[in-house]
Amino acid sequence: MFYRENGQFKTSYRADQQILPILQDRIAMLVLLVVGFVIVPMLASDYIFRAILIPFLILSLAAVGVNILVGYCGQISLGSGAFMAVGAYAAYNFFVRIDGMPLILALVLGGVCAMLFGMVFGLPSLRVKGLYLAVATLAAQFFADWLFLRVQWFTNNSSSGSVSVNNLQVFGFSLESSAAKYWFCLLLLSVIALLAKNLVRGAVGREWMAIRDMDVAAAVIGIRPMFAKLSAFAVSSFIVGVSGGLWAFINLGAWEPAAFSVDQSFRLLFMVIIGGMGSIMGSFFGAAFIVILPIALSQILPAVTSALGFEISTASISHAELMVFGGLIVWFLIVEPHGLAKLWAIGKQKLRLWPFPH
Amino acid sequence: MAFFLETLLGGLMAGMLYSLVALGFVLIFKASGVFNFSQGAMVLFAALAMARFSEWIPALGITEIFAVNLVAFIAAGAVMFVVAWVIERLVLRHLVNQEGTTLLMATLGITYFLEGLGQSLFGSSVYKIDIGMPKDPVMILESTFEGGVLINKEDFYAAIIAAALVALLSLFFQKTATGRALRAVADDHQAAQSIGIPLNRIWVIVWCVAGVVALVAGMIWGSKLGAQFSLTTVALRALPVVILGGLTSVPGAIVGGLIIGVGEKLSEVYLGPFVGGGIEIWFAYVLALGFLLIRPQGLFGEKIIDRV
Repeated sequence: MFYRENGQFKTSYRADQQILPILQDRIAMLVLLVVGFVIVPMLASDYIFRAILIPFLILSLAAVGVNILVGYCGQISLGSGAFMAVGAYAAYNFFVRIDGMPLILALVLGGVCAMLFGMVFGLPSLRVKGLYLAVATLAAQFFADWLFLRVQWFTNNSSSGSVSVNNLQVFGFSLESSAAKYWFCLLLLSVIALLAKNLVRGAVGREWMAIRDMDVAAAVIGIRPMFAKLSAFAVSSFIVGVSGGLWAFINLGAWEPAAFSVDQSFRLLFMVIIGGMGSIMGSFFGAAFIVILPIALSQILPAVTSALGFEISTASISHAELMVFGGLIVWFLIVEPHGLAKLWAIGKQKLRLWPFPH
Repeated sequence: MAFFLETLLGGLMAGMLYSLVALGFVLIFKASGVFNFSQGAMVLFAALAMARFSEWIPALGITEIFAVNLVAFIAAGAVMFVVAWVIERLVLRHLVNQEGTTLLMATLGITYFLEGLGQSLFGSSVYKIDIGMPKDPVMILESTFEGGVLINKEDFYAAIIAAALVALLSLFFQKTATGRALRAVADDHQAAQSIGIPLNRIWVIVWCVAGVVALVAGMIWGSKLGAQFSLTTVALRALPVVILGGLTSVPGAIVGGLIIGVGEKLSEVYLGPFVGGGIEIWFAYVLALGFLLIRPQGLFGEKIIDRV
């Protein structure tokens, strides 16, 4: 009834190819942005900011990066945690060692370092694919784990192995309050997600998808596999690196290498699987799901079990969380390989006909 | 020299245990083309089951240590059969003909599920598995070298058990009708199906065998380190082993395991001090990565890898 594009005519290619061709979508996006930038900061409490919103924004950014590599280019990566770590530690070193280094520049330089690191460990993708590549990216993960734990130089010779940053500011605005952190992350996420969306709509993105769908056929029609794969690794690890910097600087404040362990890599991959492979919007769904699920389970499970008459320990909750994650991944892979984003698309499709079924 | 030999032997023993875990990977990949990331979780699950059963069984009136362990082993084996059957029924059957990476990610899901299930069924502390292996170290070659070479008896027995298991598996693959069916499925799913080999049953069998291998690996690792969550990292150590040895080769898993075990120990002892130590963690992976670039099918693997 309301979600119908009848009567919305396009008279130019430009109008036909915009990101949101339907008026209702544009309005919805505008409303979403207003809610995100204005309404949410007015309503949210400090706990909500710290526990849900900021992790959600930063992990969404990381998931966008992983999605470009895994979802769009089909190169499975289990080393995303390593790319985050490289971004975080590189940004830290630029930030601490150079006086007056602006925060944004440090984050971007961290992203560039992650990009170089990602391209080096992406080189095996030119020779092998599938699970062999997964092993290659796992090598990146374990190498980075070791590097930041053992090589003192990267942690600025900190004796405990953990590093911290404080007095963050952007253009003179302090990033101490939760709302300011939230705004900063949201702004960065919006800009990078828009860039990523345009990238995957353009020529480069089509090359990635062609490589993903059938690499030999792509090569036959003139797509350079080397350029496509390495560019996917570069863009992906840049975004993941920036998100790693944000995760360390904004979300954690003080961190050690364990913050970017192989578990983080798996979590990022799960976000992409559950959210939807090959969909920028799916990355947001996946990140939201992974951030909210443990919190929801820790709220719901004790209530359910106490209603049934027995107590549940925190350890059992974390085991249940593992089982739910595992079960959901298998379930999504079997039933809906395109994840939550596909469910959303189906819902929209149904809405176009509603309330008349034909 | 004695120190070098000690390190080498220690590496070989550790490598034997990596081989055991790697064997599970190879078996499943050979028979179904699924790269089973959950082998580590299966090792953990089996070890936890074994440890807890051996704790519970004395309550039934069996007290002699050998009998207790035997019953616990059989019970844990039965549990692994059930796990294998459920995995085939609920997961693999629905993912026939999917891409390799999809199956890989599905086994990642299974990994998480088994980790959670194992710990909620059997508890998440460190449990002891006592299969009565002597733990005292012995000196050998005392006449040849000054000070002799110190080896751990436990490692030695573990290596013997592992070798026996490998021999048993080769016999099973070569001499029994089921083994022949398994090899047929490994060569060509469709051809095997068309001559009447039931694919689903073969997969259940293979996952059961992998479960038993996981149980043996879990038992040995568990008696060394205790049955606990950190056993899953052992599986991540076994990944480079299969890459190095070749994904489709049982001897490859053994040789790869030995190479990785020795390489890790030697690199840690002789290279480690120069770069800050702890390089065990990534050495195997970088070795496998380098090897991947030169010979992607591994030492003994078949040359059917997807080249790009």
